[in-house]
Amino acid sequence: MYRYDDFDHRFVDERVAQYRDQVRRRLAGQLTEDEFRPLRLMNGLYLQLHAYMLRIAIPYGMLNATKLRKLAHITRKYDRGYGHFTTRQNLQLHWIKLEDTPDILAELASVEMHAIQTSGNSFRNTTTDPFAGVAADEIEDPRPYAEIIRQWATLHPEFSFLPRKFKIAVSSSKEDRAAVKMHDLGLYLRRNEQGEVGFEVLVGGGLGRTPYLAQTIKPFVARRDLLSYLEAALRVYNRYGRRDNLYKSRIKILVHSLGVAKFTEEVEAEWLASDREAVALPDTYVSEIASAFTPPSYNRAPWDEAAVQRAIASDKAFARWMKNNVFPHKVPGHAVVTISLKEVGKTPGDCSAEQMDLVAELADELSFGEARVAYEQNLVLPHVRREALYGLWKRLDAAGLGSSNIGQVTDIICCPGLDYCGLATARSIPVAQRIARHMAEKEDLVGKFNIKISGCINACGHHHLGHIGLLGVDKNGEEVYQITLGGDAGNNAAIGTIIGPAVKSDDVTRAIDTLIGVYTNLRQGEETFPETYRRVGTAPFKEALYGPH
Amino acid sequence: MQLVTGNRLRDGAVVYFAGAGRWSPEIGAALLVENDKAEALLAEAQQGPAPLPAVGIELIEATREAGHIRPVSLRERIRAFGPTTGPMAHHRASETARARS
Repeated sequence: MYRYDDFDHRFVDERVAQYRDQVRRRLAGQLTEDEFRPLRLMNGLYLQLHAYMLRIAIPYGMLNATKLRKLAHITRKYDRGYGHFTTRQNLQLHWIKLEDTPDILAELASVEMHAIQTSGNSFRNTTTDPFAGVAADEIEDPRPYAEIIRQWATLHPEFSFLPRKFKIAVSSSKEDRAAVKMHDLGLYLRRNEQGEVGFEVLVGGGLGRTPYLAQTIKPFVARRDLLSYLEAALRVYNRYGRRDNLYKSRIKILVHSLGVAKFTEEVEAEWLASDREAVALPDTYVSEIASAFTPPSYNRAPWDEAAVQRAIASDKAFARWMKNNVFPHKVPGHAVVTISLKEVGKTPGDCSAEQMDLVAELADELSFGEARVAYEQNLVLPHVRREALYGLWKRLDAAGLGSSNIGQVTDIICCPGLDYCGLATARSIPVAQRIARHMAEKEDLVGKFNIKISGCINACGHHHLGHIGLLGVDKNGEEVYQITLGGDAGNNAAIGTIIGPAVKSDDVTRAIDTLIGVYTNLRQGEETFPETYRRVGTAPFKEALYGPH
Repeated sequence: MQLVTGNRLRDGAVVYFAGAGRWSPEIGAALLVENDKAEALLAEAQQGPAPLPAVGIELIEATREAGHIRPVSLRERIRAFGPTTGPMAHHRASETARARS
C-alpha cells in the first residue's frame, strides 16, 4: 500500500488546520453558508436529510487494518455506529456533526486518509479492480497507475474547477471488474506488439440523466505518456465542456455532441502541441510508486487442500460460500475472499463499527493486513490461505458477514435513496430489502444475476447497468419505479432499456419475480441474463409484466 | 398549511422554527401557518444575528391531524421521524414518543 511521504503528511495536516479554522469562522458567524458550502464540500462534507454526511476517500478501494480500525472508531465515536460503502469504493457516514468534523479529519490524517475531492467539480476517487495485484488474468498491477493518477489529480491547479465532476477507472484484467466503460475516462492496461505496457483510453462514459458508455479514443498510449494524454483530454473537456447547463456539463455530453472522432482529433492536436515531457512518466518513477504495491511474503508451503474439500463436503452453507464468494488467487494455496455486505434484509453496503473491527482483525491475521472495497459495495480480503477459509467463514458468519451471495440476485447495488440522501426522489433501501427477502430462496435457481437500484436520476446505484435496473421517482407524491432491462457493467457493458411504465412500490417485488421468471423459463443452458435478453428481446418480458398488447 | 424547517448549523439535526427566534428538533413545536402567512414566517425565521442557528431554511407543507403536525411529503416525513429502515429507523418518532411519555 502506498505510504505518505513527508510532503503528503504536511499537505493533509495543513488542510486539516485550514478546515478547522474555516469551521471555527462558520460557527462564529464570520462565514455565511454560501461562503462555507464550497469549503466543506471540498473536504467531503455534504448536508443531507438528517445531518451532515462525510464521504471519506478510500483511494482505489485500498484499506489496511489500521485504516479500517480508524474508520470503525470514527463511525463509533462520531456517527451512529455504522457506515455505508459506496459504488465509488468510498465510505459515507450519514450522522455527522459539523463541529466534530475537524477532529474527524485529523483522525483520518493520522492514518493517511482524508476526504478531499470526494465532492466538487474535479477528480473523484480513481477506482480499480478490487482483485488488483492478485488476479491471475491481469497484465500488470493497476494500482500504481491509480496512485500516480491520484497524485497528479489531487488539487491539480488546472483541473480543480472542471465543468462537472470527473471519474476515472483503471483495469488491467481480461475481466472488467471496475465498470470502466461507465466512467468519464477509463483506462485498460494493454500490451502492444513489442510487449510494452500502455493504456487503451476511453472517454465519455457516465450514467445519470443521460447514460452513455465510454468510447475508445486511443487504443494504445505508452506508459510514459499517460499523464500528458490525460491532460490533453482534460484540457479539451475544460475548454469545450458546458458550464451553462448542469445537465449537459459532463464530458459524456461533449463527446456525444462533438462526435468521438472530432473529440479524439481535438485531444490529439492538444496532446501533440503540449509539453509532453513536463509530465512524462519515467520508468524509475513508475517503479518507485510500484514498490509500494509489492506482493506480500506469501507462505508458499504446501497446504492441506483435502481438509478444505472435507469442509466443503460436510457443510453445505460453507460450500455455497466457497462457490460464490471465493475467487482464484495467482499464488497457489491462496484465495481472494469477497465479504458480502448484502445480508438479506439489511441495508446493502452498510457495515457496523464492530464488523469493520472484525474485518480489520481478520485482515491482520489472514490477509497481510489488507482489505479492499469493491464498487459493488462489498469488502475483499485479497490474500487468504485456503486452509484458513473455513475458520474465516465461521467468524464472518457469526458477525452477519457470512452471506454467500456474491454476484447473486440478492447482491443488490443500492444507493442510500430517500432514507438519507437530499437528492433522492424515492427510497431504494427498503425496495432492495424486500426484493432480497423474496428472492433469497430462489437464488440458486436464478444463478448469476444483478439488480441495481437508484433513488434518483443521478444513478449512484448504477441502475442503468443492472440486468434489472430500478429507478425510483416521485410521481405526484407517490414513489414509483422505472424498470430497465439488459444493462451490464462488465466486458460486454450495456445500458439497460426502459421496458414500460413505472410500477408502484408495492408492485416492485412481484415485477422482479415475474421478469426473473421469464428469464429462467427462456434461458438456454448456461445462458446469462444478458445473453438471454439479447436473444429474445424485450417482448416476452414486457408481455409477462404488462400483459399482451 | 406550511411551516419552516432547516438543519441545525452545528450538528445538522433537523429543526423546526417555533417563532421568536427559537428552533426545535420537535416538529410538534413548529409554528404551522396558513399559506398566505408562510412567506412572512420564512422571512422571520431568516432574521437574526449571524450565524443563524439553522441552514437550508425552507418552507414545507404540513397538516395538523388529531393534534399532531404531519409533513405532507414523504421526504419531509423521513426528515421528521427518521429513516424508514436500518439501525436508525423511525428514531425521531420514537424519541418524540419517549419525550411525551
